[in-house]
Amino acid sequence: MNYNLKENLMREERLSGGHRMCAGCGSPIAIRTVLRQLEPGDKAVVTGATSCMEVSTFMYPYTAWKDSFIHNAFENAAATCSGVETAYKALKKRGKIDETWKFITFGGDGGTYDIGFQSLSGAMERGHDMVYVCYDNEAYMNTGIQRSSSTPHFADTTTTPAGTVIPGKLQKKKDLTKIMVAHGVPYVAQTTFIGNFKDISEKAHRAIYTPGPAFLNVMAPCPRGWRYPSEKLMEITKMAVETCIWPLYEVVEGKYILSYEPKDKRPVEEYLKLQGRFAHMFKPGNEWMIEQVQQEVDRNWEALLKLCEL
Amino acid sequence: MGIRERLSGNEAIAYAMKQINPDVMGAFPITPSTEIPQYFSAYVDNGEVDTEFIAVESEHSAMSTCIGAEAAGCRAISATSSCGLCYMTEMLYVAASDRLPITLAVSCRALSGPININNDHSDAMGVRDTGWLMLFAETNQEAYDNYLQAMRIGEAVGLPIMICQDGFITSHAIENIELVEDEKVKAFVGEYRPKHYLLNKDEPMAVGAYATPVYYMESKRQQAQAMMDAKEVIRKVGAEFGAMTGRTYGLIEEYRMEDAEEAIVIIGSSAGTAKEAVNQLRQGGKKVGLIKVRSFRPFPAEELCAALKHVKAFAVMDKDDSFNAHCGPMYAEVCAALYAAGISGPKGINYIYGLGGRDVRVESIQHVFAELEQIASTGDVGETYRYLDVRE
Amino acid sequence: MSHLAKDMTPDVKWQDITPGCNIFEGGTSQTVETGDWRTMKPVLDADKCRQCLLCVPVCPDMSIPMTEDGKRGEFNYFFCKGCGICASACPFGAITMVRDEK
Repeated sequence: MNYNLKENLMREERLSGGHRMCAGCGSPIAIRTVLRQLEPGDKAVVTGATSCMEVSTFMYPYTAWKDSFIHNAFENAAATCSGVETAYKALKKRGKIDETWKFITFGGDGGTYDIGFQSLSGAMERGHDMVYVCYDNEAYMNTGIQRSSSTPHFADTTTTPAGTVIPGKLQKKKDLTKIMVAHGVPYVAQTTFIGNFKDISEKAHRAIYTPGPAFLNVMAPCPRGWRYPSEKLMEITKMAVETCIWPLYEVVEGKYILSYEPKDKRPVEEYLKLQGRFAHMFKPGNEWMIEQVQQEVDRNWEALLKLCEL
Repeated sequence: MGIRERLSGNEAIAYAMKQINPDVMGAFPITPSTEIPQYFSAYVDNGEVDTEFIAVESEHSAMSTCIGAEAAGCRAISATSSCGLCYMTEMLYVAASDRLPITLAVSCRALSGPININNDHSDAMGVRDTGWLMLFAETNQEAYDNYLQAMRIGEAVGLPIMICQDGFITSHAIENIELVEDEKVKAFVGEYRPKHYLLNKDEPMAVGAYATPVYYMESKRQQAQAMMDAKEVIRKVGAEFGAMTGRTYGLIEEYRMEDAEEAIVIIGSSAGTAKEAVNQLRQGGKKVGLIKVRSFRPFPAEELCAALKHVKAFAVMDKDDSFNAHCGPMYAEVCAALYAAGISGPKGINYIYGLGGRDVRVESIQHVFAELEQIASTGDVGETYRYLDVRE
Repeated sequence: MSHLAKDMTPDVKWQDITPGCNIFEGGTSQTVETGDWRTMKPVLDADKCRQCLLCVPVCPDMSIPMTEDGKRGEFNYFFCKGCGICASACPFGAITMVRDEK
């Protein structure tokens, strides 16, 4: 079925207002969009890793989740979801459940790239019929903007401050999407918020309705941690895609498919200059940092294009 | 009349699991409990149960899957030992506070370091404050019997339950055992019907809230009540089990305590050795007795006070150490129980014993009783924090 | 004993609180006002709005509801935190952010 924004928005919202995420936060946008791709009759159990999202959406007695929801801990959302999914199989087999349920997990980059990585890897390898959605805001925002393995090269965070000797994070961003592809799961995709939300919506639907494990990596900007005015969210995600810093692609049964190729690939400065976390890179004498990031982005982009040609 | 068999403690637990046929098992191997998921996997793969088995990548995930499955509306089980139990610890707290009656078989083993695979109670005692019910077995038979009672107890109060036995000593030793017939087990354990669960199509449920200081303490007080309420449930289920099998269970077992002047308080397989020591001493005319703690959580404070109040001296045997320069955990709790009840007559000492598989012999226990006799006659307690059978 | 979220007030006693602080309903946060966080407020110029709907999915707070006939509805100021993403996303300049006088 072709994507239609109006039809999509007419579906019931499965995340409720009254949650306590910051004004302009990208994570609830990712969550509501993914959940909207559930077919209206289907039930779902949502699992959340400890994160900004979790403490903001289920502060007792107020849950923002209209579906059943379970939060367990920071590092085990995938394992927890795999337990729920297995329970479904067990109850279905024993004739105790008739209806169709889907299982969706949300975690931040801390709970996904780092502390929850083992649990995620295990659940994906075991082949549970579930979707793991990483809302990637590139640092540990819940504890106050500490670096994660997802934090980009040179970014200024509270544990990688741009100092006089060390200029921000010295390591490059971990390529988790490709690591998930290496698990051999049937569906992996990288997406963010663009235009009429066609890209993220279609990928979320495929992820939910592909039998077996699926992984979605959604860039979800954090105005506080990235230091930009909250209204610029869509400008930032657009520039992340147009510079090829965050390419949109999916991998179906191991086959790489590019979702979007910019007609005029923009220089990385156009993305970096929008955010305070990269401000030090624009100081005189630091031109090498921007050059290096450009080289890294170019290399990754070329490698991705090659994978998509295979 | 039950079925007579010869089984190791691990086999007995796996056999009880098979008879119960729970919905989901999530487990990760660790010596000496490894055989439990091994035996159980064979039952699964041969179609003797229709449980879903999740071969997870760690103990942390084992307990995480159990939490997910139990919250979803299933009976979920696991098994572990030692460092595996430590690695689960964070999730043990969550299972208890979420009020999920998961059942966990523990074959108790020492903790690293130095690394050691043999029995003591450091693993189980290390998680004594996680909010789990904890039953300990002396024999393979008790491990099996406790497991059959576990779900009835846990589900009645909404708390997870640990069924502990001594690694290798009972987990691997083959003993005669009397099994309960399958139909009787099914009728005794019954179906699991949770009031609220995630996969209820008519009622969404949210589990794992962030609770502010306004609510956190009320939640914990309610959890504490469930542990208190469990005492009566353990007695009731133990009596009902007795009516079915002839083997009745309570919170503690008193052995030759009627007129005892010296007593030891002990947990697990060493109680068997200690009973032999008691018998030999009784033959020599000594008035000695033993109290075996079956339920460590809830802690049987009243029962212990009633059993100990008339003795002249007692020793609490801890198969682990709190490393507090003072005493082991059970000694601390026994003394607190006596003091709170206003019982100050009996003189009490503490022995740390059997660490990392150090053999506990009849003579070891007789040595303890000899010390107690001395204390009873002189009134001089001396050092209360003692190590048993350590070379010096 | 009620286990409804609305009865789990700050006065709830330990005997009455839902076990494990679990909640047996969905979407109970709908009673929580987050609009009072706002300093700037989005205002729609209906004449400029072409009903392209691009402002609807970008809202982190579900504050732009859809009407039954498939149009964007009035702002839900009970939830709107005033982030301004909708105003930036509007291709027609139909949403302006104004200081929220309370």
